[in-house]
Formats: sequence, structure tokens, C-alpha cells
Amino acid sequence: MRFAGIDIGSRTIELVVVDKNLQVVDTLQADTGFDPIAEARKLISEVRYDRIMATGYGRNLFEISFDAPTVTEIKAHARGARAMFPDAQTILDIGGQDSKAIALFENGKVKKFEMNDRCAAGTGKFLEIMARTLGYAIEDFGCGALMAEQDLNISSMCTVFAESEVTSLIAKGKSREEIARGLHSSVIRRAIGMINRVSSSGNIVFTGGVAKNPCLRQLLAEKLGRDVQVPDDPQMVGAFGAALLAAEII
Amino acid sequence: MNADYRSMWTDLGLDLEAHDALLSVLGKAYQDIYLSQKERPQGMGYFDSVMSDIHGLRIKELMDEKASGRKIIGSYCVFVPEELVLAANATLVGLCSGADFAMEEVERLLPRNTCALIKSLFGFKLGKVCPYLECADMVVGENTCDGKKKAYESLSDLLGNLYVMDLPQVKSTNGKAMLLDEYKRFKTALEKLTGATITAESLKESIRTVNAKRAAIHRLSTLRKADPAPISGLDALLANQILFFDNPVRFTESVNKLCDELEQRIEAKTGVFPKKTPRVLISGCPQAMPNWKLHMLVESAGAVIVGEESCVGERGTRNLIDESGETVEEMLEAITNRYFQVDCAIFTPNAERLEHIQQMVAEYKADGVIHYGLLFCQPYLIEAIPVEKALEEEQIPCLRIETDYSMEDLGQLKTRVEAFVEQLG
Ligand code: SF4
Ligand code: SF4
Repeated sequence: MRFAGIDIGSRTIELVVVDKNLQVVDTLQADTGFDPIAEARKLISEVRYDRIMATGYGRNLFEISFDAPTVTEIKAHARGARAMFPDAQTILDIGGQDSKAIALFENGKVKKFEMNDRCAAGTGKFLEIMARTLGYAIEDFGCGALMAEQDLNISSMCTVFAESEVTSLIAKGKSREEIARGLHSSVIRRAIGMINRVSSSGNIVFTGGVAKNPCLRQLLAEKLGRDVQVPDDPQMVGAFGAALLAAEII
Repeated sequence: MNADYRSMWTDLGLDLEAHDALLSVLGKAYQDIYLSQKERPQGMGYFDSVMSDIHGLRIKELMDEKASGRKIIGSYCVFVPEELVLAANATLVGLCSGADFAMEEVERLLPRNTCALIKSLFGFKLGKVCPYLECADMVVGENTCDGKKKAYESLSDLLGNLYVMDLPQVKSTNGKAMLLDEYKRFKTALEKLTGATITAESLKESIRTVNAKRAAIHRLSTLRKADPAPISGLDALLANQILFFDNPVRFTESVNKLCDELEQRIEAKTGVFPKKTPRVLISGCPQAMPNWKLHMLVESAGAVIVGEESCVGERGTRNLIDESGETVEEMLEAITNRYFQVDCAIFTPNAERLEHIQQMVAEYKADGVIHYGLLFCQPYLIEAIPVEKALEEEQIPCLRIETDYSMEDLGQLKTRVEAFVEQLG
């Protein structure tokens, strides 16, 4: 038996397939584009599985088109992170357009969660736009920020206002690295606020595509003073968790 | 019949085009949300018929009452005592304010960051779409939260027949004396409007009528304690919403009939959802007709709502009035005693509310609580934080929601509600 999990996010779709021993046999990723279902169909046609579970904001579309069971991102991330880190206590997930913090019970069940509100502040989208404004490729943004000696304070969390704040800092001749670091700090401040609302101590597993950013990882550990672990493929955790949950359906 | 209604609506000064649009949206929402439910009790048929004719039959009845000399009183809060209204030969209707209407015009009179309920009561007036409001001879506002208090100053210009009732904010001896005084002042105003005198007899009679109505709704609430739940939260919410404008005697009969049927269901161990379905208690701001948003989300996520700690729900209907008073004076005191116990978040401090939430969680065997807050409603949103903390200390999962009447946040809310239901399962 093989089990698949598909995570249909607002920016990307991830697909993970596990075998009967719950070992990962396939991982695939694609951009969501304007027709998520067509993209999802393409992805699933490339793999073989017996049962699939969908998660992510597009899960209900998938459910309707493919008659598959669904699970929320919250539970999928909880399951995936626990499988990778058996002692995971709190999860921070920052994806393309949303972010969440999830506290777990000893037994791995969700204890409490928080999600960002309707806007893109503090998410992958925010970082992408800021990287572009500063002339970084998104992959290099975190490394660039790490080169700064100090943060420049960025007060706006709103993507639109932050962008004009950044433009005016550039015009004032401020260092690109310091602005970059300031932006990273502001994302982390917001994330820490969310984490503190769900749990006050213990380790953090950082997931979602944004967790690949080295500056964010460092700042999170530093400012939170808690142990931060990041899986190898942080963007796959939701899909992996969904695959594991698909295997658990009786 | 529809033609009669149209001329009635025109006479009331409604904007027929806007009104048609409202009714069609409402009808569609009702169809999608209510009529698609499975295993509904037959007794809901009565409430369906009220809904399908919401601006028709009941308005016709009210117009007939008016023609025979009765007055119609509109109200926006559960602090307005129906007992006094009935005893003065008048009829009380709760004005809904559960949907957005004429928002652009509303935002010319109110700041954007005003709660949806207040905006809605302006919207229904400005959009000329509420026949209940238009047929009222007197509309009663009350000094509860700051938002309402100040908004009534502007609403008064639009209505012309607004009577503002002052309310205490502290549950002290002085506070109670003030409420009694305000009820006396209201009694005088009613008598002046209707020309009737409130007598010991008429007041006793009306206390009985309203007590019977509340007793019927208490009976309905009690039946929701069963697992499997014999009735959906959506349907129970609807009954609680209709309570505000239906004829009290007919409403009481219909609820009791529904309860007879639910008792049989419980006996037969059948219900609307399978046994062991996660059970949710809703607590917070009132969900006025036709605000079904949260109930719909929760029940389509696979949980059942077993109670509402809300003014459209138990906070509004809890406690009966002591019927032993013989003089008007004694009965006024008994009325005050009952209403003074309403634990609205406008009171400070308001510890009773948390106690009631905890008590309801235990009695209704709720697995978790969703705190429903309207955006910009300071009293409830501020109170939500200590409520959540206290519940979580007792290992009762709690989800705090802040929303309004728009459907913009539906996707995000759906994820949060579904994740909460998973958490309970
Ligand atoms: S919540 Fe407070 S102000 Fe609103 S109806 Fe209830 S008692 Fe009145
Ligand atoms: S919901 Fe809150 S802000 Fe709105 S009227 Fe009621 S108490 Fe006031």
C-alpha cells in the first residue's frame, strides 16, 4: 500500500507519497498557478498511490474534484512535524500567504493554534516582495540579511507601507543588508507574538517554505531563546503529514 | 396575497426594489443553509413557514393589531422588558440587525470601525428594507456599550420615535435601583403612547405569557443536552431568533410542540448527527437574524452546536420572573430582579458570565467553546481573553473568533473552525 498527501497552498502545491512503512518514496512540487486543480491533476498522474488525503487552502476543491478526504493544514503540520521530530512541542509554519503557530500535547494532538489574519504581512509573499524591492533573489535574501551587523527598524508590517518605507530607506542611503535584516526581524517579531500566544516554553519546529531562510532561522532561535529545529524539506511537512494521516484512515 | 403585501410594504415606506433584493438573498441563504440539513425535526416546519413569509404574514398581523389600536414597540436589546409592553396593550418586536445593508450610506454616519450589529441597524433604516422597524410606533434604544450609546444619538435623527432607556453598568444596589427607576419611566412612556394603564391584572397576565415563552425555550435548551443531539444548532438558533418577533403565545406552542417531538427522538436515541459528534458551545456577541455564519461553518465542519451563551440564546432567556407579586410595584421589582441578572459584557465586573459559560460547558457536555466576537466590539472582545484563559486552565479547548457579517473571511474562518473541530475529535 502507498499513501499520498497533497498540500494545495496559495502559491505552491506539494505532493508526498509514503510506502507501507511510512517511508517517503516520492516528493513533488509545482506552482499553484491560476488553475490549482489542473496542476494537482498533473502532479498526481506522475505517482502511484492507493489513498490520498488533501490539505491546504485548496483542499475542498480537491475534495470535490477527486472525492478525497481532507484535513486542515493545522493537523497535517502537527502530524508531519511530530513524525520528523518526535519531541516537537510547538510548530511555526510560514507559507506563501499564511502563517500559523501550533502547540501540541505530549501525545501529538493539537492543543492550541493561531493563524495570521486576512493579510499577507509576515508571510512568504511579504518577504518575496521585499526581496524584489531590495534587488535580491529570494534564495539569497536571508544570506544577505545575515551579513548586516545590526537591524534597521522597520515599523510597518503592512506589505504596501513596508515597501514604501524600504524605498525611502534606500533613498536615504541606508545599507541594503541592514534593511534586509530589519525586514527579517519584523517577520520574526510577528511570528514570536503568535508563538507566545500558544505556548511559553519548549522547542520549536519551523516549517513551510520560508523556513529555508537562514536569517529567519537564526533570528527565531536568538530572539525566542528556545531550541529551533528545521526539517530538510520544510515546505513538504504539510503534505507529508497528510500522507501519514491517509495511512491512518481505517 | 403577494400583491397585498406589496401595497402594505409601499404604505410602510419600504424601498421595494431593495427590499426584493434583500428577500431574495435571504431566501437563497435559507434554502442553502437550512433546507439542506438532514434529519430535521418536523416541528421545524412552523419556523420554516415563519421564515418563508418573514416580511409578510407577521407584518400583516402587526398592521391588523395597529388598526385595532394596539401599538408596536421595536427594541434592540434583551433589557427591554416585554412584560411591560404587553401589559400596556402593545406588542414588542426585536429588530434584527444581523446583516449588512446600504453599507456606503452607513459609513457616512458611522466610523468604519463600528461593530457590524450597529452598522446593520443603521443599514436597515437607511436602506428602507425593514417593515418591522417601519411599523413600530416607538423604537427603544438602550445605553449599553459606548458604540450603541453614541450611535443612538445619530439614529434618533433618522427615526424620530426613538426612546432611549438608560442602563446601569455595575451590579450594585444603586445599579438595581436605577434599573427599577428606568423601568418605571418606561412604563409611564408606554402608558402615554398607548393610552392604556398598566394594572396589576394586565401585568400579571403578561408576566405569565412571557414566562411561558421563556420556559418553552428553556425546555428546548435542556433537550440539547442529549447525545446524539436531537436538533441542530442552526435550527435551535433559528427558534431563538424567531422568538424576538413572533407572536409570543403561538411561538410558545410551536416550541413546545417541537420539544415533544425532540423528546421522542431522545427516547429513540436518534438525532441529527451521530452519537459522539464533537459538541461545541458558542459564547459571545448576539447572532441576530439572519446571521447564521458561524453555526453554518461549525456544523458543516462536522461538529454540533449544543448551546449559545448569547443574548440570542441563553443569556437572553435565562431565568423566569417570580410570579408571586400582587401589586404593580411588587411585580416591577420582580421584573427588575430578573433582568438585572442578565450578564452582558457591558457590566463591570462581570464574573457571572464566566460562571455561566463553565456551567453550560458542564451541563451541555460541550467538548469546546468558540468565543464569537464581532470585530470592534470592545466589551466582548476584551472579555474573551480572560474567558479563554480560564477555560483553558480547566482543559476546555477554546477558539476565539473575531468576525463581522461579510463573507470575505469565510475561507480563513473555515480552516480555523475545521482545525478546532479536529482538535476536539
Ligand atoms: S449583548 Fe448586551 S447590549 Fe447586546 S442585546 Fe445583549 S444585553 Fe443587550
Ligand atoms: S456587539 Fe458589542 S459593540 Fe456591538 S452593539 Fe453589541 S455590545 Fe455593542
